[in-house]
Amino acid sequence: MEQPQYGFWLPPNISTHGAEIDSLISTLHWFMAILFIGWGIYLIYCLIRFRARPGHEADVSGNTHFLIPKYIEIAIVIFEAGLLIFFAAPIWAKVKKNFPNEAESIVVKVTSEQFAWTIHYPGRDGKFGQLKTELIDGTNPVGLDREDPNGKDDILSPNILNIPVNKPVIVQLTAKDVIHSFSLPVMRVKQDAIPGMTIPLWFQATQTGKFEIACAQLCGVGHTQMRGFFNVMSQEEYDTWFNEEEKSLLGDAESATQPSGENQ
Amino acid sequence: MSALIPYIDEPHPVTGVTNAKLGIWLFLASEVMLFGALFSTLIIMRSSATDWPAHGSDVLNVPLATLNTVFLIASSVTIVLSWAALKMKDLKKFKLNMGLTILLSFGFLVIKYIEYSSKFHHEHFPSTSTFYAVYFTLTGLHGLHVVGGIIANSYLLGPGSKMWFTEPERFTGRIECAGLYWHFVDLVWIFLFPALYLL
Amino acid sequence: MSNDTHNHSHSHSHGGAHALPFWRKYIFSTDHKTIGLQYGITAIFFLLFGFGLMLLMRWQLAYPKQAIPLIGKLFTEDGVLSPELYNQFGAMHGTIMVFLGVVPLAVGAFGNYLVPLQVGAQDMAFPKLNMLSYWAYFCGGVVMLGSFFSPNGAAASGWTSYPPLAVVADNGQSLWLIGMVFLITSSLLGSVNTIVTAIQLRVKGLSFMRWPIFVWAQVTTAFLLLLAFPPLEAAGVLQLMDRIAGTSFFLPSGLVVSGEALKVSGGGNPILWQHLFWFLAHPEVYVLILPAVGIVGEIIAVNTKKPLYGYKTLVYSLVFLGFMSFIVWAHHMFMTGMGVTMSTFFQATTMIISVPSVIILTTYLLTLWGASITYTVPMLFATAFLPMFAIGGLTGLPLGLTASDIHLHDTYYVIGHFHYVVAPGTLFALMAGVYFWYPKITGRFMSDTLGKIHFWLSVIAINGVFMPMFFMGMAGVSRRLYDQTIYAHGAAAQPLNVIMSVSAWILAVAQLPFLYNMATSWKTGKKVDSNNPWGGTTLEWAASSPPPHENFPTPVEVYRAPYEYSPNKKLLPQFVQEA
Repeated sequence: MEQPQYGFWLPPNISTHGAEIDSLISTLHWFMAILFIGWGIYLIYCLIRFRARPGHEADVSGNTHFLIPKYIEIAIVIFEAGLLIFFAAPIWAKVKKNFPNEAESIVVKVTSEQFAWTIHYPGRDGKFGQLKTELIDGTNPVGLDREDPNGKDDILSPNILNIPVNKPVIVQLTAKDVIHSFSLPVMRVKQDAIPGMTIPLWFQATQTGKFEIACAQLCGVGHTQMRGFFNVMSQEEYDTWFNEEEKSLLGDAESATQPSGENQ
Repeated sequence: MSALIPYIDEPHPVTGVTNAKLGIWLFLASEVMLFGALFSTLIIMRSSATDWPAHGSDVLNVPLATLNTVFLIASSVTIVLSWAALKMKDLKKFKLNMGLTILLSFGFLVIKYIEYSSKFHHEHFPSTSTFYAVYFTLTGLHGLHVVGGIIANSYLLGPGSKMWFTEPERFTGRIECAGLYWHFVDLVWIFLFPALYLL
Repeated sequence: MSNDTHNHSHSHSHGGAHALPFWRKYIFSTDHKTIGLQYGITAIFFLLFGFGLMLLMRWQLAYPKQAIPLIGKLFTEDGVLSPELYNQFGAMHGTIMVFLGVVPLAVGAFGNYLVPLQVGAQDMAFPKLNMLSYWAYFCGGVVMLGSFFSPNGAAASGWTSYPPLAVVADNGQSLWLIGMVFLITSSLLGSVNTIVTAIQLRVKGLSFMRWPIFVWAQVTTAFLLLLAFPPLEAAGVLQLMDRIAGTSFFLPSGLVVSGEALKVSGGGNPILWQHLFWFLAHPEVYVLILPAVGIVGEIIAVNTKKPLYGYKTLVYSLVFLGFMSFIVWAHHMFMTGMGVTMSTFFQATTMIISVPSVIILTTYLLTLWGASITYTVPMLFATAFLPMFAIGGLTGLPLGLTASDIHLHDTYYVIGHFHYVVAPGTLFALMAGVYFWYPKITGRFMSDTLGKIHFWLSVIAINGVFMPMFFMGMAGVSRRLYDQTIYAHGAAAQPLNVIMSVSAWILAVAQLPFLYNMATSWKTGKKVDSNNPWGGTTLEWAASSPPPHENFPTPVEVYRAPYEYSPNKKLLPQFVQEA
């Protein structure tokens, strides 16, 4: 897998909804640049042409009425309204509402805490095991009940989110202690993780690679350390990883490899 | 030196109020925002709570609170009477009614003390549940405002009343402002009482 | 109206009728001018302190895990700024700059000193309340600074103090909350004073539409403070209750902190804090900018030698801006799980609020057309304000639309955005105001040469500090990171940190001529030769420099709107009768 190229501008976009977000950001910045340069040229012109010098007097009549700025302002308002109605709102609605079918997606729970991410896969049965606070400890940060039949095959992955490429992923996001924020810069994904709430989000990766999870909300002294690993793999690689995990959890007999492409 | 600043005794021709009166109305506007935020907190805590009492009367003492309501409303009446007495140039009556106002306010605080100590005795503290957290905080802040009013009114009844002999209009204006503040404190209770005790 | 009263002290002249003892005259003064200066000096101290905190943080940012040279050992054993200290410095930098620095300077100092003068009054409506406001601010400042001495140090949960972090944090957060109660009280009392003074004590002839722009800005600001602060005061009390009385206003059920279930009742809501906080904090940012807009207006009017373009439009825009500022707050909360309806409402109001901001900027730009511009030091800063504020305002757009905010929220882009508005925006305007009104306050000019050095060094350095932040935010680097090189995308942007830190240290050096200039010019600066050395039209220029205790020994009257000139280009101050 290749190392992504990061720099001083937008990171690589490997998200199905990234292109729209990037084009909105791009359009906005062109708009901002045009306004700023336009104002800037006017400002510099005035600062030079209307500087105080012998023989030059200010126009105090108060009779000049500028119509151009009025039209520019109206144009700005219409442009902003257009951006909001035709770009920003639809993208947001898509991200917030158009969730993919759970049966066709990878569904995971991501639980954030000071200072780590626990990614919880439901395992081959597609069902999450029960979570109990009293079972929480160092190796079981979410309190997964392994006695629960649904929980036997659940995978708990500390700080590593592995997903297959070109498949939708649904994340059920929460926090154990304080507010964190789940950020995948290359996916143009960001969602606050709020204790007491489970907030769903979805995304789909278009390329493979090794990327990062970042925490985007101050969560204490270790905020800077909450780097997670976000690995997008081919379907085969993902299945291999998944089956190995299941094997080590369930033993050889029960984890006989099943055809890939199902809802794991 | 009050000579430097106009509209202390007489109202401004355009606004129709003295400086102090405009000032107290502005202050009360900010107080509305303060208690508004707390009432919003009550609503939000209530709507997401799992163990909120079905009725306030299940856990709170409605008869005592009703008595408190009577005390406060009566004290609002007496403070108006104290202001009216000054308008009628009757200092004695002013002192009587202001004294009654303060007495009734103390009555309110005594009942609050009875309520709080009963709650503490039964191991109900602000930390017990969000209901009690809201109850103690809302009534507690209101109670602090009652204390503030008692301090201000006591000053105006006592050493502050000397101003009646040198600047009677200004003093009357002060009593009017104190009355406005006091009515506000009363009004907050009129909302608090049903919101916590009756609903 | 000019006279040559020689004033030997820089803040007072007393005929001798009532010579007050030192502590009544300078410490517990009720004179708005003295109080304004008290606010000003205290605020400048806090601005320098808050700036200092950031200068230390910028070493860690540029050279992670390296010991700070010379003074590092004062803070930690090995001289390396620890993550704990970094977070404390970060939270206190924001808090101090906003609440102890900029607002007290913009509102407490400039507002207090100038509003009574500009409306022709002898003092604020409630002089004793004014004094109380200053001392409440001072006490709040002491409590805030005192929080550094708590076990485990000062508050460290950002100036935003989000629970549950701020509630469970075992540090000086409680003192932060108590300090805020003092500061909010100070602001509330101060705003009552400003509004009553401007409305009730204005002299004959000064109708509302003849108020200087500075007064309109201060009165609008006062309404924002009056109505927006109380919810934060309430929230502060609630958070204090959570911290010390074990309540759960902001703590949901089931919290597990450091492996232990938290023994609280639960049932609370962390988002409630955010709503209450931002309900204040959004209007608060307009509190930060409006006085600056007022100051820039006065300076542009004087240095363009012509009327301010579009006075009425300006006034309506200022008031509309104030009103709108109350209904945009949740644009700070787009990432909290907000749905489509609520976010559309707040995006719409946020787009709408950009309109009056653009109008204000445009009217100032249009005033330059046909002007005769004198490049005094105040005018240099006021002119620089315009494009800097434009950058700050424009970069708010991608943040105000949810879809683009997904990528930019809580990154360095946000830090760049708001610092452009407050630092080369408001702070430049406040500096312009210092240079501009110094002669009125002291009777002497500040040094022009030192002022120009201050300006040019500052404007270049400050852009070096904040412009790279937009790039770093685009690259996805989160805010409030102790060491971003832990991330690959952070490490790639790390060179920008070196540029920013070096620029910040140059910016610090650039303030030295300014501080020296302020501290010495009242004794050695060039004396003014009249009451109105700049040729202003507003009422403060009718008073002597400095004004006596009662401001106007001979009462003034207003005959016209501000910023007017006669047809034969003669300056027509508001207080001069002739036609």
